[in-house]
Amino acid sequence: MSFLSYLITGISLGSIYAIIALGYTMVYGIAKMLNFAHGDVIMVGAYVCFFTMSGLSGYLEPGSVAAAVVPQVAGVLLAMVVCTILGVVIEGLAYKPLRQAPSLAVLITAIGVSWFLQNAAQIMWGAAPKNFTSIVGGTVSLADGALNISYVTMLTVVACLVIMVALTTFIGKGKMGKAMRACSEDKAAAQLMGINVNATISVTFAIGSALAAIAGVLMCSAYPTLMPTTGALPGIKAFTAAVFGGIGSIPGAFLGGLLLGIIETFTKAYISTDLSDAIVFLVLIVVLLVKPSGLLGRIVPEKV
Amino acid sequence: MSGKAKTLRMRKTTVNSFINYAMVIVLFVVTQILIGQGAVSNTIQSMLVPVCCYVVMAVSLNLTVGILGELSLGHAGFMSLGAFSGIITAAVLKDAVASEPLRLAIAMVVGGIFGCIGGVIIGLPVLRLRGDYLAIVTLAFGEIIKNVIQVLYIGLDENGLHFATKESNMVMSEAGTFVVRGPMGATGVTRLSSFAAGFILILITLFVVQNLVDSRAGRAILSLRDNRIAAESVGISVTKYKLMAFVISAVLAGMAGALYGLNYSSTVASKFDFNTSILVLVYVVLGGLGSIRGSIIAAAVLTLLPELLRNGTINEYRMLIYAVILILVMLVTNNPTLRGAVDLIAKKIRSIGKKEKAEGGAQ
Repeated sequence: MSFLSYLITGISLGSIYAIIALGYTMVYGIAKMLNFAHGDVIMVGAYVCFFTMSGLSGYLEPGSVAAAVVPQVAGVLLAMVVCTILGVVIEGLAYKPLRQAPSLAVLITAIGVSWFLQNAAQIMWGAAPKNFTSIVGGTVSLADGALNISYVTMLTVVACLVIMVALTTFIGKGKMGKAMRACSEDKAAAQLMGINVNATISVTFAIGSALAAIAGVLMCSAYPTLMPTTGALPGIKAFTAAVFGGIGSIPGAFLGGLLLGIIETFTKAYISTDLSDAIVFLVLIVVLLVKPSGLLGRIVPEKV
Repeated sequence: MSGKAKTLRMRKTTVNSFINYAMVIVLFVVTQILIGQGAVSNTIQSMLVPVCCYVVMAVSLNLTVGILGELSLGHAGFMSLGAFSGIITAAVLKDAVASEPLRLAIAMVVGGIFGCIGGVIIGLPVLRLRGDYLAIVTLAFGEIIKNVIQVLYIGLDENGLHFATKESNMVMSEAGTFVVRGPMGATGVTRLSSFAAGFILILITLFVVQNLVDSRAGRAILSLRDNRIAAESVGISVTKYKLMAFVISAVLAGMAGALYGLNYSSTVASKFDFNTSILVLVYVVLGGLGSIRGSIIAAAVLTLLPELLRNGTINEYRMLIYAVILILVMLVTNNPTLRGAVDLIAKKIRSIGKKEKAEGGAQ
């Protein structure tokens, strides 16, 4: 039974990584840049949700249905809106002027944005950790209490699946999705076909940032410590997950995130709590050495 | 006559190298004079060794990123290897080698050797990968090193070194002491580093890197950066030269790490994390990829800048300002429109200056 419960924890953690990794991989696929500020957008989303929830709960009658639903829903929605705007603004101010610049310059700018967000958060909201109240409380007991699954865990997995299906449909079927695929293939050719490349990239950032907000709320519901640096390590790990699955590939990000979460949880449970990060990264290195383009990545032939 | 002219005329790269040496020496001498006159505050004095370490880190990372053209996000991992191996070496040799500078030198060499081992272990497999994949593997490597050192307990007694992964598992005699204590890092380190040692390390680094770039091997490395396929087609061994640059860079980082570790009485592994790697990368990119002088200046100025901003009102906002400056510099240097605008303004200012001078001359 403990195996099953570790597996469920792993899938839930993996789902969070997968949602973050989707944001990384979409931006990478289309703008060809590593958006290191993505992890900090997660943190901003979690803070917005936290303050909306604690702000609203005072106005509602405690114990009523409205008090149990309204702050949470408002918190998540507001977090998504704020992060979407933030993502588009960051893209417009910091990344758009660097479309033609070498990738390293864009990378350093992304790091600058990441530092900016972390320090701005610290000045606005303080460095002291906040205790995030889960958006859904309670657990389900199965098999006479041998297996406890919290509602957050279930919500996380369901949210991840819904996002995955919605995103695949959007990119596979919709007009905007087609434009995204075209931009990721060849920006210049896409522009010649009448696709507004800049708008497409902005939309990609908007979607990625909205996903980051959801990931932030879900992550802080499961692991309730909220600090200005909360997003940094999950950001790096989700980036690892995206590379693990093959960066630029959406099913790859999903698979990579899920596997990374499961490996991390099992390592913590059966091998060593302290060494879990090292083992996760070691697995990544081994996978990349065997399959240099990640699990589901495409190998692009070199042109001479 | 013509022979004499030939001996006097130096190549541009040689002149550049000498300017770098001269710059470092002048800066060192000026700083020493200022310290002698008491014009340097204690805070700045305590920053001098870290500045030297970061200069070496930046120049060595520039070898990988600017000259070899491969993005490495785990340079602090080599620094960490060097720091901890250096600290352990210095602790072991405490009684055997009485002279402190000699002990520091040995510790730095051992740090360099460990950096070399790390560089070969990580370099051999990963240099087959390209671009962002190489970057992520170096990032992963840095995190692994940090994580492993965090669970390592190393004790020292009269029988030598003892290793354990838990404090309770440590077996050593009564007289034994912990050198490295898991997440608490290395504690009770005898501080050996000095500004002079840092200065010498910078000179060694400059000597190694500048002569490498200016050599046959250096030209091979540069050709790999500019066009790998063309370089391969004329018979340049990709693995050999990539590994050469990567390992030399790791050795120098290891030496810088030993100097850094021995500058403080305690050092934790989490000091050398992803953020430190990124910080050094920022120095390299702001200094200019491939420019050694740029790396030196950027590392020195940017290490001191947050300290200099540490006064009253700005203090709280200093890292925010730092981030904004970083973004603005990247935008101005890389966006053609902004760059053009800045150049235009600079030109205007210069022409106004000239005009005033001309008018002043006429009067």
